[in-house]
Amino acid sequence: MSANTVTAGDPVQFYDLDEHAHPEGHSTMLGFWIYLMSDCLIFAILFACFAVLGGNYAAGPAPKDLFDLPLVALNTAMLLFSSITYGFAVLQMQQGKVKGVQLWLAITGLFGLAFLGIELYEFHHLIEIGATPQRSAFLSSFFTLVGTHGLHVTFGIVWLLVLMVQLGKHGLIAANKRRVMCLSMFWHFLDVVWIGVFTIVYLMGVLR
Amino acid sequence: MTPTPLPATDPIFGKLSLAALPLHEPILIVTFLGVAVGGLVVLGLITRYRLWGYLWKEWFTTVDHKRIGIMYMILGLIMFLRGFADAIMMRLQQAMAFGGSEGYLPAHHYDQVFTAHGVIMIFFVAMPFITGLMNYIVPLQIGARDVSFPFLNNFSFWMTAAGAALTMISLFVGEYAQTGWLAYPPLSGIAYSPNVGVDYYIWGLQIAGVGTTLSGINLIVTILKLRAPGMGLMKMPVFTWTSLCSNILIVASFPILTATLALLSLDRYAGTNFFTNDLGGSPMMYVNLIWIWGHPEVYILILPLFGVFSEVTSTFSGKKLFGYTSMVYATVCITILSYLVWLHHFFTMGSGASVNSFFGITTMVISIPTGAKLFNWLFTMYRGRIRFELPMMWTIAFMLTFVVGGMTGVLLAVPPADFVLHNSLFLIAHFHNVIIGGVLFGLFAAINYWWPKAFGFKLDVVWGKISFWCWVVGFWLAFMPLYILGLMGVTRRMRVFDDPSLQIWFVIAAIGAGVIACGIAAMLIQFGVSIWKRKELADESGDPWHGRTLEWATSSPPPDYNFAFTPVIHNLDAWYDMKTRGHERPVDGFRDIHMPSNTGTGIILAGFCLAMGFALVWHIWWLVIASFAATIAYAIFHTFNYKRDFDIPAATVAAVEAARTRQLAAGA
Amino acid sequence: MSADPYAVGHDEIELPHASMRDYVIGFVLSVILTAVPFWLVMERPFSEGATAAIIMAFAAVQIVVHMIFFLHMSPKAEGGWSITSLTFTIIVVVIMLAGSLWVMHHLNTNMMPPHDVSQLP
Repeated sequence: MSANTVTAGDPVQFYDLDEHAHPEGHSTMLGFWIYLMSDCLIFAILFACFAVLGGNYAAGPAPKDLFDLPLVALNTAMLLFSSITYGFAVLQMQQGKVKGVQLWLAITGLFGLAFLGIELYEFHHLIEIGATPQRSAFLSSFFTLVGTHGLHVTFGIVWLLVLMVQLGKHGLIAANKRRVMCLSMFWHFLDVVWIGVFTIVYLMGVLR
Repeated sequence: MTPTPLPATDPIFGKLSLAALPLHEPILIVTFLGVAVGGLVVLGLITRYRLWGYLWKEWFTTVDHKRIGIMYMILGLIMFLRGFADAIMMRLQQAMAFGGSEGYLPAHHYDQVFTAHGVIMIFFVAMPFITGLMNYIVPLQIGARDVSFPFLNNFSFWMTAAGAALTMISLFVGEYAQTGWLAYPPLSGIAYSPNVGVDYYIWGLQIAGVGTTLSGINLIVTILKLRAPGMGLMKMPVFTWTSLCSNILIVASFPILTATLALLSLDRYAGTNFFTNDLGGSPMMYVNLIWIWGHPEVYILILPLFGVFSEVTSTFSGKKLFGYTSMVYATVCITILSYLVWLHHFFTMGSGASVNSFFGITTMVISIPTGAKLFNWLFTMYRGRIRFELPMMWTIAFMLTFVVGGMTGVLLAVPPADFVLHNSLFLIAHFHNVIIGGVLFGLFAAINYWWPKAFGFKLDVVWGKISFWCWVVGFWLAFMPLYILGLMGVTRRMRVFDDPSLQIWFVIAAIGAGVIACGIAAMLIQFGVSIWKRKELADESGDPWHGRTLEWATSSPPPDYNFAFTPVIHNLDAWYDMKTRGHERPVDGFRDIHMPSNTGTGIILAGFCLAMGFALVWHIWWLVIASFAATIAYAIFHTFNYKRDFDIPAATVAAVEAARTRQLAAGA
Repeated sequence: MSADPYAVGHDEIELPHASMRDYVIGFVLSVILTAVPFWLVMERPFSEGATAAIIMAFAAVQIVVHMIFFLHMSPKAEGGWSITSLTFTIIVVVIMLAGSLWVMHHLNTNMMPPHDVSQLP
């Protein structure tokens, strides 16, 4: 291998002799965002199925017969509240208040649970009156789309609980801050998906 | 339709019983005995030489991208042998089953063979091979020490391996799908495939799919975030560019497969009506969705190999790549366009003239950037000082073969022609022509090219040439007859034939497959001979081909940390630039290097997922719940571990680099 | 490490900064953009077509609001890669949704029996 000395007129530097390690987790936020993009595509498929198959009632019940808009509005409100309360948790984090973060995370989790409770009540009611996921392609795609969103919320709540414990153990260290921000993205992302759900599934469904 | 009531299942074993073992199929029993004996010998040897601890500590739990890359390649190679065994069986059956002969494979078995062949070759051969290649090379080419998420990398590998394992289990416990490699409903629905075959198919792919998607995210972030200082986007090596695009396609298309298969499994397990014939379901929607994934998938496979051909052509022509910029733009164009052509896989479904015309035209358009690439390679070779080493030979074989495959592809893109050729052996010949001639030849070029980097010695040339000629001749012998048969109207997946005049073509194809088998054997011998003669073939310089990109700047094999000091990039061909402008390899001033620690979490989680997949296939509900709970609990447990890194002390780095200095001095 | 424009270069990574103002604006806008569509569908002051167009438009605007005020998206975040990946995802989603609807609509028109499918038992 050539080992010619670099001449004075050619101050090209080929190695970074004074480097610092990349800070831990410097790629996590981008990586998590790209994961959310892939999750977004899963929802897109479910939306596509609902869009294509959602009109196939197979002589069964149609959205007009099933959906209770005030209940959906209440559910939407729960999710919206949970979004702003998560925002408050992030603001507390920026001020370095561990207890405040935990408190707002807990409130967010309660709103999430309320959302899930209402959704389960709705599903239970539908199944009881015979509008089961097996009844028609419309109901299959309805239950799958809304249910997948609900599963994501469930997962988010589990994550919330784990994060609250971890904040209690280690406080607002860099790794935990990063996790709070990742869960923040996840939670607000679910809210964005819900905008699509209430508009396309519920509102457009009742409309057509 | 109400779902077919499932047969009563045992609370402990679900649908699993001794009847699931294929004791009545002699071929499978012999295979099983062979695998069992071979497996026991391997396990015995590992125990005999006390290698379990070494394997666990240095390989299974490793987060080093280089070792994970090698494990991917080994997985791909093992599964390749399985997939090729299926291919030989099909060729034999089709060459024999004439004039009233039923051949030697019963329909039940034959249908599993062609399904398993397709699934294994795409998901468990081509995908692990390209993922392994990207894993090994990309961090080196961009001057990084590892990928962005090293633990995730290990987990992704084990998920892919778990998916492969579940697929292999189906060989001896129960059966595999008999639906063809994309499992179209309603055939794959519970009404027509009530047994476990399709469930093996679904869960094998779902588990592997998680690994593939995560590894895609990992490599994208690695390329975006960890490039060495000075390496702007337009100074990235072409292989890194094509890997980036391929991984973007992975992340933007594998979720589609995951969701579609999830809907199919809901139809099968929960009795929903997405793809059934009744109550508003639409089987055609499945075909539509699966090809939205399926077409990008073929570009996922070929794009990294386009990168390989670019690197090889430029290195062995001794010139910089012709038209780097156009190469990058062509790759990006293909990335976007690959989402606009999916309907050409089902022109005959009946969407009508307007839809078919649109997708026919987009399909022809996508061949333009591919053609541009070919001209770039030709112009790179033009007036170059070409060295006909093995990687270059594979590249030239690719150019000749792939062009034929590409042209038959354009032919198939014409909807009226497709109405004649759809699902015929012409199609089979076409996609083998591009996948073998493009992906596989590219992989062989890559293996011959980068083997010295990974192991520190070159591959044997004599056996390499034997393998090369067997493969190329065997390929043309095996697949040209299929073009002819396809034009005569023979459809794919047939088990027996009536028309005796067709037999000669199938016999030629079977001979071709035999020649390919010799090529594979020669390649395995090539690996063995090279390992045997590794002292003679040793490469001390780390740069055996006079390479141009950064991976050749470090030793072969590279140290754990890849680069003692991160290189600074001034030119597209960074290493060539360093060599010609006279760089000085730093020999002191080393610092501690921060590296990720090994972890067993990946293999443990994948093990739970494998158990869950098996339990889901056999409806062993207690095990499904237990393994699911274990997966979640262990994953949460893992998040409580905050200490995931360690420092390689500067003294260790100094010692490794001093040894390297002596090695270079001895070689000079 | 001035030569490296890609690494942040100090010990702690930069997390997106949020402010109370952002969250409150986002929340108020979201409430309005949610309440109006619900009211339109429940009270029906306009025709069906017009209502559908309006609620779809509101949903699109609300998604943008959430992206900016809750997800802190900006062209600069993560060196532009967040917005690039989002744009690419949106392109793929649009192709997939529009394409599936188009393909399946033509398929149904061409291949389905001529009577009204929704009336089948």
